[in-house]
Amino acid sequence: MTTPKVRNEIRFLLNGRKVALSDVPPERTLLDFLRLDRRLMGTKEGCAEGDCGACTVLVGRLTGEKLVYEGVTACIRFLGSLDGCHVVTVEHLKRPDGSLHPVQQAMVDYHGSQCGFCTPGFVMSLYAQWMRDPSPSDAAIEKALQGNLCRCTGYEPIIRAARAISSYGDAREDPLAAERYSVIAELKALEDGARVVIGEDRQRLVIPANVVDLATVLEAEPNATIVAGSTDVGLWVAKFLRQIAPVVFIGGLDELRTVSEQKGTLTIGAGVSYSEAFSALSGRVPALGRLIDRIGGDQIRNMGTIGGNVANGSPIGDMPPPLIALGATITLRKGSERRTIPLEEFFIDYGQQDRQPGEFVENVHVPLPDSGTHFAAWKISKRRDEDITAALGAFAIKIEDGRVAAARIAYGGMAPTPKRALAVEEALIGKPWTAETVEQALLAYERDFTAITDMRASANYRMLAAKNLLRRLFLETSGYPGPLEITRNSEGAAA
Amino acid sequence: MTRHEARDLKATITGGVGADRQHDSAHKHVTGEAVYIDDMPEPAGTLHAYLGLSTIAHGTIRKMDLSEVEEAPGVVALLTENDIPGENDISPAGLHDEPIFASDVVEFHGQPMFAVIAETREAARRACKLATVDYEEKPALIDIAEADPETPRLVTKPLTLSRGDAEAAIAQAPRRIKGQMRVGGQDHFYLEGQIAFAIPGEDMDVTVYSSTQHPSEVQHMVAHALGISSHAVTIEVRRMGGGFGGKETQANVFAAISAIAAKHTGRPVKLRPDRDDDMIATGKRHDFLIDYEVGFDDEGRILGVDLRYAARCGLSADLSGAVTDRALFHCDNTYFYPAVHAVSAPLYTNTVSNTAFRGFGGPQGMLGAERIIDEVAFALGKDPLEIRKRNFYGETERNVTPYHQTVEDNVVHRVVAELEKSADYATRRRAIANFNASSEIIKRGIALTPVKFGISFTATQFNQAGALVHVYTDGSVHLNHGGTEMGQGLYTKVAQVVAEELQIDIDQVKITATTTGKVPNTSATAASSGSDLNGMAAQNGARQIKNRLIDFAADYYGVPKEQIEFLPGRVRVGNQEIDFPDLIKQAYMARVQLSAAGFYKTPKIHWDRDAGKGRPFYYFAYGAACAEVSIDTLTGEYMVERVDILHETGKSLNRAVDLGQIEGGFIQGMGWLTTEELVWDEKGQLRTHAPSTYKIPLASDRPKIFKVALADWAENAEPTIHRSKAVGEPPFMLAMSVLHALSDAVASVADHKISPRLNAPATPECVLMAVERLRAASAKAG
Repeated sequence: MTTPKVRNEIRFLLNGRKVALSDVPPERTLLDFLRLDRRLMGTKEGCAEGDCGACTVLVGRLTGEKLVYEGVTACIRFLGSLDGCHVVTVEHLKRPDGSLHPVQQAMVDYHGSQCGFCTPGFVMSLYAQWMRDPSPSDAAIEKALQGNLCRCTGYEPIIRAARAISSYGDAREDPLAAERYSVIAELKALEDGARVVIGEDRQRLVIPANVVDLATVLEAEPNATIVAGSTDVGLWVAKFLRQIAPVVFIGGLDELRTVSEQKGTLTIGAGVSYSEAFSALSGRVPALGRLIDRIGGDQIRNMGTIGGNVANGSPIGDMPPPLIALGATITLRKGSERRTIPLEEFFIDYGQQDRQPGEFVENVHVPLPDSGTHFAAWKISKRRDEDITAALGAFAIKIEDGRVAAARIAYGGMAPTPKRALAVEEALIGKPWTAETVEQALLAYERDFTAITDMRASANYRMLAAKNLLRRLFLETSGYPGPLEITRNSEGAAA
Repeated sequence: MTRHEARDLKATITGGVGADRQHDSAHKHVTGEAVYIDDMPEPAGTLHAYLGLSTIAHGTIRKMDLSEVEEAPGVVALLTENDIPGENDISPAGLHDEPIFASDVVEFHGQPMFAVIAETREAARRACKLATVDYEEKPALIDIAEADPETPRLVTKPLTLSRGDAEAAIAQAPRRIKGQMRVGGQDHFYLEGQIAFAIPGEDMDVTVYSSTQHPSEVQHMVAHALGISSHAVTIEVRRMGGGFGGKETQANVFAAISAIAAKHTGRPVKLRPDRDDDMIATGKRHDFLIDYEVGFDDEGRILGVDLRYAARCGLSADLSGAVTDRALFHCDNTYFYPAVHAVSAPLYTNTVSNTAFRGFGGPQGMLGAERIIDEVAFALGKDPLEIRKRNFYGETERNVTPYHQTVEDNVVHRVVAELEKSADYATRRRAIANFNASSEIIKRGIALTPVKFGISFTATQFNQAGALVHVYTDGSVHLNHGGTEMGQGLYTKVAQVVAEELQIDIDQVKITATTTGKVPNTSATAASSGSDLNGMAAQNGARQIKNRLIDFAADYYGVPKEQIEFLPGRVRVGNQEIDFPDLIKQAYMARVQLSAAGFYKTPKIHWDRDAGKGRPFYYFAYGAACAEVSIDTLTGEYMVERVDILHETGKSLNRAVDLGQIEGGFIQGMGWLTTEELVWDEKGQLRTHAPSTYKIPLASDRPKIFKVALADWAENAEPTIHRSKAVGEPPFMLAMSVLHALSDAVASVADHKISPRLNAPATPECVLMAVERLRAASAKAG
């Protein structure tokens, strides 16, 4: 394959107008670009780590013939990752005649703002939600707002506003919907199949033309920082001021964003976002869907990728434990060479993964649980949503004739890496599935794990709660009559 | 000038008192057009400052090497204590105990040591990391539980409240319980972080745009740091992106450093710390250790209490004296203590200096009272609500507080009775008992807790306010006052008051940025006092002009003053009606002064701190909340199922704004008592310094069912502004109901026979550990 042609600028649409930039520092965030370079001051910086949502903007991206707008946090999104996208900020919402957008008018009428600083971010998240679903349930609204913090209102008036948006206008007539085809045409016109290269040395950023090109680029620059969703790398820059160049942005590679199924195994491209994975997985493995719902907020799920969550090797990444329990494997690629290994073998030690220089994670293969296998995954965190895991347990267990025929159990937050509970599994396999067996197996936890104390939880709590998840699994699979989990959707108050 | 027929005769003005007016900036909030300080256009040549913070909690600085910092790209200048023209002090209490930059000694992890001024914020921030500091580390006192119990080091003078002989009352009581409660602190987490932007002027002058609740204090601090007079310093703030007490004194250091930098370089300088540095370097709500002993009878009537409230104050006094005082002022909540002895212990620690936060010690004070109620109830096997009601202040007797103020406006009986009924408390308590009997893993709990909160600054002199009202010749009005807008809707409410007074539409009243140049010597917008004080001052200003207009019209038209009446948009003068703008024009032509400085001071209050006696509060605000929760006894996770609130607002100036304060205050209080956990490690480093680690409530943490009602049947007994009541802080404490509902759910695992003694914040971990403790104790008891 020949080297694609090279382009030395990025091109995208900003609020409907074309932007071409040839001077793009690799660490420049979208937020700083908006505020400092363009003086678009409606988008606010609240935390600079993607956790408060004050900087929420929409990014429209072509996937095939479709144009999808998603909320993202501009503070940890790199400017260089926006090639070929349409960035929409709060400034784009007001109508040409000066009147407010339905989302904005609802927020005004229902007293949805107090100090107002978080408000543009809420408006953008609600806007994204409204375009997806003009008459959302409260649960859908809450999910859409998991990534937005408000410290003044207590959220109640914002929820009231969200319920009412459609009474102010028709989502189908919204400018972003009505102008969809012209935007698609403009974005298509930007596609030229080129590799983008900007800057030299510490200022160098590369956007490969396709996956083959990515492999070529990484072979030439094996120590480059690979950036997909930037939900972690974004923090290296925004918080630790790390210099990450040369950077290779892979978020735009559609080939890495595919999900396919073959013989009961889902193959998920490394660039598939949590949101996309949710669509692919929640129907097939409902427990995994519920878990993905609790990773970050909507913006983070739109940006963060399954491959990134695996590749960065964090002991508290939420995808590895359930994927290990399901028996997932990953394919790593270097140049044209590929190798596929069990996921748990990828994690060697804290901060150390089985990835060679120049190699990248290409796919994750997830065997779907067969009908006899019970799968569960539970995350424990201080706050229910948009929090980092204190402990996460995932279980794939097969009970035949009252005995444990197979068990794969993995935990996050309990060791320096995501880790299988081999001793616990051993204590279960072949035994009758009874409370006594479970109590015996609980004694094996200390052999598998050494929990730590930090700001999220104490070691004692981690260990106790981790064990209790096995108790919960047992109750769930053995006809316990009462409620076993508290969920947002469970029945309300007692009377 | 009589144009009766042609004119639009309005029945009412828009946006008068009592209207559910939207926030004055709502339109600008939703479009992103509202200007916060970081959004202001930057004059050419603007520089950016960034702070270098200490990396140890306690020690001396042997050597600070900033040579690499100085040579870093973009750096224009450095500032250390030697570059402060005036005093290196930022102590709001005037105790000279808090330096702007650490000089020889570092007293907390995150203390500012120097500032870098550079062409861009990023350059300044990067350069800061290049400093090399050689410390001699010393032992640090981080946790208040480790303070010397006998002679602890205090940052300010403690307070003692005493009435009756508590020791004897407890000793002679049929029953006694002694215990300790730990109450965590809280970060403000205003969405807009601290920021200051200083523009140097001619001579000594400097203007600082500061995100502050207390412009006058910032003015004094900047003057103090620059060694110049207050008249050379102007502080302006149009709006804050949240304050909650965190910008009462904590804005000072940023304003002072930006001003020093601006005068040092002769260029505008902006200073905005990153969120993490903001959380590390600024004070928070005080965490407390409350030691209590209570004597009571078999009916659950409290006979005597002995209380000690020890607070982590940090390295300096800041507002800790007043905060710990207010904790003691609320150690009774709504309960009458026949005999009481309560002391405060404002402890020195090697942590950031703690400060004001919505409730200002009151919430921690009340939690002590509610813990005592729980203890009594569990000891007697009774519903805590029954014990609460048994100990309420009486209306005509049993109504003297520990600080010897008589409670004259007690409505807690009615508030609680109405809520108990509307929330269907008794039925639900039975339903929950049934549920728990058949549910082994998930347990439910319910609690109904009251609130009585004292309104007034306890430092009497702060209870004054000024306003400036101009009427221009077209009839439009310019309004300014000393209160600041942090989202609470103060600007809206005060504008409503002026619109009402002059009977003009609120659109005719221009709300303008708070500035020390227009209204001097103001108090902080704090203590829930904003509308009470500034509303009255603005009304006074408008009324002065109105009276001048009446005098003028009476004279000009030759009618008695009694026949002059301000109607919506017009003024009736005898038999004719004149449009407001027309009357203004006539008054101007007759050289009537159309500008007035309004003033107000709260009557009746006085306080003798040494004696522990007086009337520190003008009145009290009341409310109550009933919360129901579910807990998971396998993980400690929980959910708030339903909350009912009845909160008293007096005759509300704006019910929509008040509702916002109640809902928002409640959720913020719920965060404090549930998921918002501040964790310092043994080295004194704050480990929860960003939203990734410090968890404030989300939309999905709201009660699943949330019913809020305003008890506006009772107008304020005192003649406050239109007989309304302060509403900023009191609803925060309604969240105690959630902590006690969690406690009730935990107690169910031991058949409500053991007091869970749940500390705050009750994180899932805290709940699970309490469940384990009670199960173990219950098993032991057989």
